[in-house]
Amino acid sequence: MATTASTPLGVDNELALRMYRQMVRIRAFEEAANELYRGAKMPGLTHLYIGQEAVAVGACEALRRDDFITSTHRGHGHCLAKGADVNRMFAELLGKGAGYCRGKGGSMHIADFENGNLGANAIVGGSAGIATGAAQSAKMRGTDQVVVCFFGEGALGQGLVYEVMNMAALWKLPVVYLCENNQYNEYTHYSETTAGEVVARAAGFGIPGEEVDGQDVLAVNQCVRRAVARGREGGGPTFVVANTYRFHGHHVGDVDRAYYRTKDEEEDWKTNRDPITRLGARLVDAALASPEQLESVANEAREEIAAGVRFALDAPFPAASEVTDDVYA
Amino acid sequence: MSTLETQAPSGTRVITQSQAVNEALAEELRRDSTVYIIGEDVAEAGTPFKVMSGLVEEFGPERVIDSPISEPGITGLALGAAMTGMRPVVDIMFGDFLTLIMDQLVNQAAKIRYMSGGHFKAPLTVRTTLGATRRSAAQHSQSLHAWVAHVPGLKVALPATPADAKGLMKAAIRDDNPVVIFEDKMNFATKGPVPDDDDLVLPLGVADVKREGEDVTIVATSSMVYVALEAADLLAGDGISAEVVDPRTLVPLDRDGLIRSAQKTGRVVVVDEGHQSYGASAELAATIAAGAFWELDAPVQRAGALDVPIPFSPVLEDQTVPTGESVYELAKGLVR
Ligand SMILES: Cc1ncc(C[n+]2csc(CCOP(=O)(O)OP(=O)(O)O)c2C)c(N)n1
Repeated sequence: MATTASTPLGVDNELALRMYRQMVRIRAFEEAANELYRGAKMPGLTHLYIGQEAVAVGACEALRRDDFITSTHRGHGHCLAKGADVNRMFAELLGKGAGYCRGKGGSMHIADFENGNLGANAIVGGSAGIATGAAQSAKMRGTDQVVVCFFGEGALGQGLVYEVMNMAALWKLPVVYLCENNQYNEYTHYSETTAGEVVARAAGFGIPGEEVDGQDVLAVNQCVRRAVARGREGGGPTFVVANTYRFHGHHVGDVDRAYYRTKDEEEDWKTNRDPITRLGARLVDAALASPEQLESVANEAREEIAAGVRFALDAPFPAASEVTDDVYA
Repeated sequence: MSTLETQAPSGTRVITQSQAVNEALAEELRRDSTVYIIGEDVAEAGTPFKVMSGLVEEFGPERVIDSPISEPGITGLALGAAMTGMRPVVDIMFGDFLTLIMDQLVNQAAKIRYMSGGHFKAPLTVRTTLGATRRSAAQHSQSLHAWVAHVPGLKVALPATPADAKGLMKAAIRDDNPVVIFEDKMNFATKGPVPDDDDLVLPLGVADVKREGEDVTIVATSSMVYVALEAADLLAGDGISAEVVDPRTLVPLDRDGLIRSAQKTGRVVVVDEGHQSYGASAELAATIAAGAFWELDAPVQRAGALDVPIPFSPVLEDQTVPTGESVYELAKGLVR
C-alpha cells in the first residue's frame, strides 16, 4: 500500500486511529479482568490477551461485520475486536444473566452471534473445524463471507487443524488460519513441542503462508486484508503466523513464571515491543494524533471499562431454574 | 407373526432398510437446499454399503460430498456449517469411528447451544452404524450408542425397521439439534413395509410396540427387536404372551411408553446390543424399575453384548450377542 502525505502510515488515518483505540480498549478490559480475579469477584480463571492486542485488532479490522471468527481460551481480545459490547462481556465473565451466554459460557466460551463471533473454545485447536465449516457454509450459501480462525501455536500439535486445512485447500474455502505464536504452550516454549518451521506447514497443502510481526497492528491488518481478499475472491485459505507475546501469565493465576521464562525476556517485550506504544509513537510521529489525544483515548477506554465492570457487578445472576434451559433447541 | 410384516399392507411398499434411508436422504435433499451429505465414499460409491447409490447423480458433488478420511475434520466442518445456516448429514462409515469424533461431538456440537445461552443451534445429523456378527472383528463391530446417549445436548436414534429408519432419518435432519442415528449394518437388506408417504417424519421420543402381549415385556433396541420377536415366538410356544417394545430413540426417551408396558405385564427383559456393563440397557432397566416398581413381579433383567472386545472367529463372535434363544430363556425365567 502506497504511503502518501494523506495516509502517512499506509492505511486510512481513521482506521489507524480506530485500531489504536481498539487495542487500548482490549488492554483496559484485560487489566480490569485481572483486577476482578485478584479481588475474588470473578469465578474461575481467565487467560489475558495483554501483549497480543495487535493481532486481534489488525485481523478483525480487515473483516466485515457479517464475516465470522472463531476464538480461543484467550479470547477477550478477539471478541472485543469483532465488535462485542463491554457490558455483556464483563457480565459473562462474572456469570451473570446479562452476559453474552446468559452466564452459561464464561470467559472461555464467549460468543457474539450478532457480530459473527462463533465462540471462544476451551479445547486447544477445537474451533478449527467450526471455522472451516462456516467457510464451507458461506460458500454453499453463496455469500462472500470470510472466516478468521484464531488459534495459538499450541494448536499446531492437534491433528484436527491439519485435517481441516487439507479440506479448506481442496475445496478453496474462504478461511484464514491465524496462528498467534506467543511462543508458549502454557508453560513450555513452543520450540520444545513444535518441529520444523511453523509457517512452512501451509506449503504442504498448497496454502499460501505468511509470517507477520504480531506487535505491528498495521502489518497484521495489511497481511490479513490480503488473505481476506483472497478468500472473498474464491482463492481459498491462507495461513498467517503472527509472532507475538503474552505479557502476563498463561492465566491470571500464573504469577511465578521464572521456571519457564525470564524476567528479562518479559521486560524486553514490554519495553520494546508493546503494540500500543508502537502504534502510538507512529501516530504521533506522523502527526495523526498528539500525545494528549492518545491519553484521552486511554481515559475514555478506562471509563468505558469501569462502567462495564460496574454494570456486571450490579447485574443479577441468572435464576437457578435456568440451569436446564437451552440444552436442546 | 415370526418377523415384522414383510407383506405390503395397503398404502405401503416393502423395501429394504437401505432403500428407506436412501429415500429419506433424497427427499430431504430435494425439500431443503440447506441439506447436504459429507462423508467418505458417499458420492459415486454411494457408501461401502451402497446406501446412498444414486444421490450424487441427482444432487451433484456439491451436496453429496466425498471427503478425505478425516472423521473429526468433517464433523467439525459440519458443526460450523450447521451453526451458520446449513443442515449437514455426516456419514461416519462405522460406529467404531465415533471414538475419533468425540471431541467435535461431545465438547463442541453437544454444548454449543447451552454454552451460548441458547443463541446458536446445531442442526447436524451424524449417520453411523452399530452391530456385530458381520465377522468384522473388534474395530468394526461395536455398538457405541450409549457413549453418545450419555451426553446432554445430543439426541440418539436407533431405528429397527425400514419405516423407522426412514421416518427417524427425516426427523433427525429436520431437528435443530445434533442427532446421531445408528443403523445396524446387518439390517441394510432387511425388508419391511414403508408407508407411501413422502413426508414420513416420526417424532423423536416415541416408543413403538412391535408386538403386543400380556405376560412379559421385552424392551429391545435396533436389530435386537428382531431377536426379541424371535424370543416372543418361542415364548408363545410355551403359552407365554410377550410384548415387544422398541424405544426407537434413546434421547429423548419415551419413559412413559416403557413404564406403561412394564406396568401391564409386570415382567421385563431389556435387550440392547451395546456392552451390558454401563450400557443403554442399564438406563432402560433403571427407568422401568423405578417407574413400574409397584407393578413389577420380578426384577428387570438385561441382555447385552458380552463384556469382551468383539472377536473375529464366528464361533466366538456368536457368543457375544443376545440371541432369540438366550432372550427366550431369560424371559421364561421371569415368568415361571
Ligand atoms: C485439547 C486440549 N489440551 C490441553 C488443554 C489445556 N491447555 C489450555 S491452554 C493450553 C496451551 C495452549 O497454548 P496455545 O495454543 O499456544 O495458546 P496460548 O495459551 O498460548 O494462547 C493448554 C495445553 C486444552 N485446553 N485443550
